[in-house]
Amino acid sequence: MCGIVGLFLKDKSLEPQLGAMLSDMLVIMTDRGPDSAGIAIYGAPSEGRAKITVQSADPKQDFAGLDALLKPVDTSVSVELKSTHAVIETNADKAAAVRDLLAQERPGVRVMGSGDSVEIYKEVGLPKDVVSRFGIRQMGGTHGIGHTRMATESAVTTLGAHPFSTGADQCLVHNGSLSNHNNLRRELVREGMTFETQNDTEVAAAYLTAEMAKGKDLGQALTSALDDLDGFFTFVVGTKSGFGVVRDPIACKPAVMAETDQYIAFGSEYRALVNLPGIEDARVWEPEPATVYFWDHEKAA
Amino acid sequence: MDLSVKRESLDTMRVFDLAKMPLRDLNSALHAIAPGTNDTNFEVVNPRGSHAVAVGIDQPVTVEVRGSVGYYCAGMNDGGSVTVHGSAGPGVAENMMSGTVVIEGDASQYAGATGRGGLLVIKGNAASRCGISMKGIDIVVQGNIGHMSAFMGQSGHLVVLGNAGDALGDSLYEAKLFVRGEVKSLGADCIQKELRPEHIEKLAELLDKAGITDVKPQEFKRYGSARTLYNFNIDNADAY
Repeated sequence: MCGIVGLFLKDKSLEPQLGAMLSDMLVIMTDRGPDSAGIAIYGAPSEGRAKITVQSADPKQDFAGLDALLKPVDTSVSVELKSTHAVIETNADKAAAVRDLLAQERPGVRVMGSGDSVEIYKEVGLPKDVVSRFGIRQMGGTHGIGHTRMATESAVTTLGAHPFSTGADQCLVHNGSLSNHNNLRRELVREGMTFETQNDTEVAAAYLTAEMAKGKDLGQALTSALDDLDGFFTFVVGTKSGFGVVRDPIACKPAVMAETDQYIAFGSEYRALVNLPGIEDARVWEPEPATVYFWDHEKAA
Repeated sequence: MDLSVKRESLDTMRVFDLAKMPLRDLNSALHAIAPGTNDTNFEVVNPRGSHAVAVGIDQPVTVEVRGSVGYYCAGMNDGGSVTVHGSAGPGVAENMMSGTVVIEGDASQYAGATGRGGLLVIKGNAASRCGISMKGIDIVVQGNIGHMSAFMGQSGHLVVLGNAGDALGDSLYEAKLFVRGEVKSLGADCIQKELRPEHIEKLAELLDKAGITDVKPQEFKRYGSARTLYNFNIDNADAY
């Protein structure tokens, strides 16, 4: 099964509540998948700064003195520890050097996501535990996506949890299973993409990253995905300023969307949406099969 | 959302607030009704997308659901009259035996799947696979239906006032399909057929039962099975 949720805010006054709203939506979806859960939150980017969300199976060891370790590369670096994750904020032009140093000095540390605005938190366990462990409810932001997993295609591990991020400020959650991911992974590796897992969803995320690297916008990349990905999928995708949804042509994986003047929301089920403000008067619809939906804060502005 | 309630039968109306009580209380009460009782009016408030609301009814009860429901609402209904004043998730009225289910809003995929009898009315749109494997149920959709609807339908009637999506009636047996609008494509072995007087009569009856007065039976086209897939054809042996 798997449960997925997404929330794209139009009304800035709701931004401080994004984490709380998205957490509620995800927790309601718990019985669609108990294996692992994850959330990506897009906060307001600060000019010239980059964020790297990292994770460790042994945070005590790996995160000890992380601040001091990275300072020589970038004196402005800051590290915020959150349970098994840490968010490293650095000058954008130093981000690559910080990542290189991390890989060299702390090989147990895995990068969950990076970019100007995204923070990604994911762990094995139930949504309510994952949400509280990382303090997601207290987080503000412009848009976000979440996932609770019933594992089918790869192991139940932190790295196998969604969202998958394969490019700066890009991430994807998936309900379904792909059948051509091994072939596609080989092709993407040939194009220079790297993979952390044997998971099918990671391939979908990397595919979109590769397509957008060729100059496509999110909507165009999702349209190509309909031709190139085989299998079952309902995807919800986030970029720095955008939010997209696409379902395969068979569309057996459920999806409900709601739109008001304040937000666009996605849920695997209507239950995920019932606590949103003004849902009684929202336009509620089921996204059509093989149809790309996407919204962009920058294009809307 | 219209929350106005006809109050004339208030004294016998039993109200279940799903925000305050578990779903099982509702379904247990529906299943505990003895034949012949006149305490048959139920109202469900705050369904908030709950699954399996009012499943397994086997007495002629009336259930008014005030809001939208999740999966399998009114599944296996046998004689009840269920109205959802909202939209329904996947599998509404799945395997209905008899009775009536009315959805005031939209229905998600496989509405009325495998239904053996009764009437399902959807006032909005129905998504993919509406009436899949239908076996005697009558379904009236006032809006559009999605792809692969009536797949392998065996008997019963599917009436669509709007348009039908791709692959309507794929691998159809003897279910009769009537579409007033456009059909995006017909599935394997499904063809348009002549609308004969007996079909017009049946359509008039179903439209009447569904409370539709402004649409004429003559506005529909009939689709049915070409019956070429019923038996194994030796010329197709290479395909297996």
